[in-house]
Amino acid sequence: METATYNYKVVRQFAIMTIVWGIVGMSVGVFIAAELAWPWLNFDIPYLAFGRLRPLHTNAVIFAFGGCALFATSYYVVQRTCHTRLISDKLAAVTFWGWQLVILLAAVSFPLGITQSREYAELEWPIDLLIAVIWVTYAIVFFGTIAKRKTPHIYVANWFYGAFIITIAILHIFNNLAVPVEWTGMKSYSAFSGAQDAMLQWWYGHNAVGFFLTAGFLGMMYYFVPKQANRPVYSYRLSIVHFWALIFTYIWAGPHHLHYTALPDWAQSLGMVMSLILLAPSWGGMINGIMTLSGAWEKLRSDPVLRFLIVAISFYGMSTFEGPMMAIKTVNSLSHYTDWTIGHVHSGALGWVAMISMGSLYYLIPRVFGRELYSLKLVEWHFWAATIGVVLYISAMWVSGIMQGLMWRAVNADGTLTYSFVESVVAMHPFYVTRFVGGALFLTGTLIMAYNVLMTVTGAKYSNVKDSIPEPALAH
Amino acid sequence: MFDSLFNSHWFDNQMFTSQFWEWFIIIPTLGGIAGCLFLIIWMSGNRPKSNEKIETMGHVWDENLEELNNPLPMWWLQMFHITLIFGIFYLIVYPGLGSYKGLWESTEVKTYEQEMKAAKTKYDPIYEKYQETAIEELAKDKTAVEIGQRLFATYCTVCHGSDARGVKGFPNLTDDDWLWGNDSKAIETSIMKGRQGAMPNLNLSEDEINTLAPYVLSLSGSASPSAEVITKGKELFTTKTCVACHGPEGKGTQAMGAPNLTDKTWLYGGTEADIKLTLAKGRQGKMPAHGDFLGKAKVHLLATYIYSLSVNK
Repeated sequence: METATYNYKVVRQFAIMTIVWGIVGMSVGVFIAAELAWPWLNFDIPYLAFGRLRPLHTNAVIFAFGGCALFATSYYVVQRTCHTRLISDKLAAVTFWGWQLVILLAAVSFPLGITQSREYAELEWPIDLLIAVIWVTYAIVFFGTIAKRKTPHIYVANWFYGAFIITIAILHIFNNLAVPVEWTGMKSYSAFSGAQDAMLQWWYGHNAVGFFLTAGFLGMMYYFVPKQANRPVYSYRLSIVHFWALIFTYIWAGPHHLHYTALPDWAQSLGMVMSLILLAPSWGGMINGIMTLSGAWEKLRSDPVLRFLIVAISFYGMSTFEGPMMAIKTVNSLSHYTDWTIGHVHSGALGWVAMISMGSLYYLIPRVFGRELYSLKLVEWHFWAATIGVVLYISAMWVSGIMQGLMWRAVNADGTLTYSFVESVVAMHPFYVTRFVGGALFLTGTLIMAYNVLMTVTGAKYSNVKDSIPEPALAH
Repeated sequence: MFDSLFNSHWFDNQMFTSQFWEWFIIIPTLGGIAGCLFLIIWMSGNRPKSNEKIETMGHVWDENLEELNNPLPMWWLQMFHITLIFGIFYLIVYPGLGSYKGLWESTEVKTYEQEMKAAKTKYDPIYEKYQETAIEELAKDKTAVEIGQRLFATYCTVCHGSDARGVKGFPNLTDDDWLWGNDSKAIETSIMKGRQGAMPNLNLSEDEINTLAPYVLSLSGSASPSAEVITKGKELFTTKTCVACHGPEGKGTQAMGAPNLTDKTWLYGGTEADIKLTLAKGRQGKMPAHGDFLGKAKVHLLATYIYSLSVNK
């Protein structure tokens, strides 16, 4: 009988595309950051206008880069922790090719100006339908694999991946309910209107952060950190508390994007309260990740891959502290609509999401390709380029954002505004340049990674891929 | 069956006024907070002693993945409790639980009204003390003009630019060309009541447009078309009713905001193409009324600033 093996093909495909889309998404990001500093860079070409490229950037980094990273790692983790092959190689292939198709459609439709104008859900209805089909297929593959697991218990990483998959399906479907103008055209109108539409949009928008960018990547953390550190997870009961509390609380936090708007007061209050309560559940994940290293701290000095993972968790802790603070109405009245929000998002997106993905890929790629990592030295270079890049980015946005907020609210002795809007724009310029430099550094790091991965997967140091499925260890 | 449901107005009357939606909010909110409390209390039982060795849970995945079962860190637990208690306190005091208004009955509309009232009490006297002085007189008062300029920066720059020089379609307020007049009354009225400038679409033929455009440009010496074009243009200028607003010599009529065509200031651009477009499609210029929004006293100071722009040069 042939030995049973894991399906590494789909993992390899998604892992490589993670890096490809990472470079695309981040390059567009760096370009639009440059456009903000030097607006003539759009050359008056509509396809290069900031308004069209911005959704391309956000969708490419979140759903193309982040999405591929989640697919790759969840397929790897669910197989290895269930000691079983994915239930269907065909369905897994459908998710891979389907997801790539969605990304290509996004890359074409956004520059053409085809958009629903819903933040992080700009794709029009035919593409939304395609996403729904692929997502359901993903759920079937993932949960089907869980169902035929050989281990008695479901590993904690899979709880998080599972919650991410289910919730994103619900969020995607309800937020994108729309009436097409005609069946042969792309244009549609939302099924909701006014404050309800805004509420639904941010229920989706914030949970794209909560379940896509947080829960999914926590799943990644729960596998790759203990693996790379070779230490047991710090606390089982902490994982139970923070999982359920996180799942419950996150779903309420959306209204904090709509403070001081037409949204009813009660919804704003709940959004703020639940966002504050979210602090402890979020930090539960950080504690469990970082404390997994206790007793092995010295590994941080010698292992740049582990350093990626741990710095990612630190950024996670920082931005999940910042988030609840910014959700407090009085703080929000200063921070809202400013660059502070953009800085906050990027401390999460670059610091947490990208760095935990990169750390995980450095662990995963050599294993699924059966080759040794080409250069640890280059990982080191990548690490520093990325870390300095994030720090430059977010500190520039803190200064710029708080300055904007203060300038906008400054009044003279006679009650008139001290600064006209354009003065605040002029004041932001140096920070926009700094942000561009930070982003460019981060992208440089990603390019270094791409080279390192290319040399790894084409390298000669070939050993057999260890994809045979071991018997689950007995509980002791 | 469903017909009767909707026809009975149950849907309208009950759907959004019944208690259902209220409890739909209140129960998951309080239930969720209680659930969090229950979770942390449940999971902090059986705290191991500080010298006790922490065991793993006994499960192993993927060869070496294991879980310890360390207790919940004390500082973290306390932080969790504090946020939960703060949340409950906040929801007692502020609106949040369905239609319950909260002990303080605070709403954002009330907060807005209070802040506006406080601002009015504080700032209105500053403006009101200039209200009785004539604009011509006030334009010599440096402080008054400066306040006017700051008001301008707050309310007017979106269209007229921070240097008041305007852009295409929005008049330059620093030159000597005034659509509606630059005496103090006219300026004040422009701001208080707004202005509606209308160049109608005269349904001109392409030939007529091609003749009129160079003729109009010739009025300011911006073009020198042939004598034939001038004669024909002059005739069209009368027969096509241009004279009614712009006057026989094209010098405009300030009473109706019809621009002077004999100078080189052009609100919608002064190229032949611009003028042809104006002739073909007409133009609509709108200065919104600010009287209700800003009140007399502020408008008076704003008018003073605008007036000073043309006088104090």
